[in-house]
Amino acid sequence: MITENKAITLNHNPGHIKHDGHNMTGFIIFLCSESIIFFAFFVGYGVLKITAPVWYPDGVSGIAVKEPLINTVILVSSSFVIYFAEKCLHKKNLWGFRGIWFLTMIMGSYFVYGQYVEWSELTFSLQSGVFGGMFYLLTGFHGLHVITGILLMGLMLYRSFIPNNYLKGEMGVESVSLFWHFVDVIWIILFGLIYLWQ
Amino acid sequence: MTIINYDQRLVKTKNPDPKGPNDWKRFFSFNTDAKVIGIQYIVTALFFLLIGGLLGMLVRGELITPPSDLFDPTVYNGLYTMHGTIMLFLFLFPILSGLTNLLVPPMIGAPDMAFPKLNALAFWLVPIFSIILLLSFFVPGGPASSGWWSYPPISIQNPLGKMINGEMLWITAISLSGISSIMGAVNFVTTIIRMRAPGMGFFKMPIFIWTVLAAQMLQLLGLPALTGGAIMLFFDLTFGTSFFRIEGGGDPVLFQHFFWFYSHPAVYVMVLPVFGIFSELFPVYARKPLFGYKFVAIASFGITILSLIVWVHHMFYTGTPMWMRNLFMFTTMLIAVPTGVKVFAWIATLWGGNIRLSTPMLFCLGGLFNFIFGGITGVMLATVPVDIHVGNTYFVVAHFHYIIFNTIAFGIFAGIYHWFPKFTGKMFYEGLGKVHFILTFIGATLNWLPLHWAGLLGMPRRVASYDPEFAIWNVIASIGAFILGVASIPFILNMVSSWVRGKVAPPNPWNAIGLEWLLPSPPPHENFEEDIPTVLNEPYCYGLEKPFVEDEEFYINKSLKSH
Repeated sequence: MITENKAITLNHNPGHIKHDGHNMTGFIIFLCSESIIFFAFFVGYGVLKITAPVWYPDGVSGIAVKEPLINTVILVSSSFVIYFAEKCLHKKNLWGFRGIWFLTMIMGSYFVYGQYVEWSELTFSLQSGVFGGMFYLLTGFHGLHVITGILLMGLMLYRSFIPNNYLKGEMGVESVSLFWHFVDVIWIILFGLIYLWQ
Repeated sequence: MTIINYDQRLVKTKNPDPKGPNDWKRFFSFNTDAKVIGIQYIVTALFFLLIGGLLGMLVRGELITPPSDLFDPTVYNGLYTMHGTIMLFLFLFPILSGLTNLLVPPMIGAPDMAFPKLNALAFWLVPIFSIILLLSFFVPGGPASSGWWSYPPISIQNPLGKMINGEMLWITAISLSGISSIMGAVNFVTTIIRMRAPGMGFFKMPIFIWTVLAAQMLQLLGLPALTGGAIMLFFDLTFGTSFFRIEGGGDPVLFQHFFWFYSHPAVYVMVLPVFGIFSELFPVYARKPLFGYKFVAIASFGITILSLIVWVHHMFYTGTPMWMRNLFMFTTMLIAVPTGVKVFAWIATLWGGNIRLSTPMLFCLGGLFNFIFGGITGVMLATVPVDIHVGNTYFVVAHFHYIIFNTIAFGIFAGIYHWFPKFTGKMFYEGLGKVHFILTFIGATLNWLPLHWAGLLGMPRRVASYDPEFAIWNVIASIGAFILGVASIPFILNMVSSWVRGKVAPPNPWNAIGLEWLLPSPPPHENFEEDIPTVLNEPYCYGLEKPFVEDEEFYINKSLKSH
């Protein structure tokens, strides 16, 4: 009944609405929009793969799956690791958070390293036909997102050393974690498209 | 017995912009106040309207005689490309962002946008990409010349082989414009969803807010597709990939899909807020409640959803299979239904109303009249057999100018006049406004009505020289274009002089209902500050005994007192 009375008496409502509370809403809206770019690339990939007269460049018959699969496993499991880091922070276990968070960063960095090794061993380039272009465009664009994610994680790690920074809320950590899951899901689709659908 | 908990709103936040300058200098600074940003957007956009209009007049100057005598045909290609690009990306999108920035926070009773800094950043990208785009006039090879849609293979030819060329600058500018628009869209959607005044449920929002929400969601869903396409085009042009290059196995039609998947909805991104302006203004100047409020509101989202599945109608003549043509002909015609709902609602609102023919209303009526005409030619163009005959002729040019200028720009002018007293605190000169309307209406009609005939007779678009049989239509059109150019003089005169030394505006000069009209003119920095009203009804109850907000007297007195 108290809330109800309040609703009736408060016909003039206080004006300062907290701005921070909207950051998560804004970030989710942004991610929805960002996923459309990937969606556009995926559709482009599918259309070109089905219709292109020549798909793989000369001398390339397919693309190796093994190393990228290891990479995939690491990236996907890092999504679980980051979840535990977030949980630690929630329980105010700051050092646990820092450790597990850093582990996620290492796993992400390993993914980027694996991608680099794969790129350097490939015999075709960006200019090698439609497949070459599509391969580097998709993996490169996704890789940029992974690097962004790692940098953002570094920022959050740095911010955890500011005293009492995460007492009021962990919006930044939550958004970065959400971003990481997003990067992960995109990679699973991308892996299926490029490596499994040959 | 609604139980609402406002406790979360009690949290105090600091003034978003405590140190910002408070005089005219704030319009040239990185200011985070939505009202300043709105005016920054609008003034910048109007400046580019002049530049784009000048280019348009140069195009019409070339076309006043059949041979290409004023410019080299290559220069002409650059002129119409830049005219279209500037008008869309530097005039229409920014000016609508500006109006949205000005209107959304006061209309929903919010102190500011959800992300003020992001908002300012989104604005300051506009001058940056404008400069990039304008720089392309000075690079070797001239500006982008493949039309505003930049179809490959023409757009990826790069005849001079230079890394920095007009097309490359064009793609860069368009991508930056896309980033700016996405920032704006995230901001608008979050603000509308999260920061409405207490009691303002979705079905009590003003229609303008509905249409902005629909348009910005469309922006979020469609724009990334164009960005994706633009990235691939950029790679083809600069790094030698072959996504859209036939000789490398690519598919040029794929770009058309990417492009139109966004650029068709883009028309609705622009026209929806204008529908909102129409829906706001007709009730005010006809003194009647908006007819069918809920239907008009829902129709906005009907348009949003349908507009995402009509894009192939731009490609009926580029090798589209027959089943696809039929499908998209159907969806395109379907979109006339929610649009028709709105048109009939406006006409029903006007019916029997006590109509005041002041400048904003004149622009609204002119815009509605032109929209009905442009809508009918739109349904004609949706028909596959008609489209294949008149596709890429002046009929298409005439049709989309009837929508883009004669409807959208008319609606924007109506909005500017209607809310000018609110945000500047000064009244505009009614006489000059009427002169502006008459010149604009005559100019626009003379400019684009005759081109329908030229198009039906088969005059192709995008050529500098044409058969003398089309000469008469082009002479009339060019005269119209120059009248439009003249029409900008009373407008600029009116805006500048009335802002500087006009009569002081009362808080509610039009006797309109709406949260923004309960504020003083101009509204204070954080709009309602500590007294946000509780909304009881939608803001269209003219002549009905329904209160708009709780304790309306208090707000009216408060706004009068601060004058």
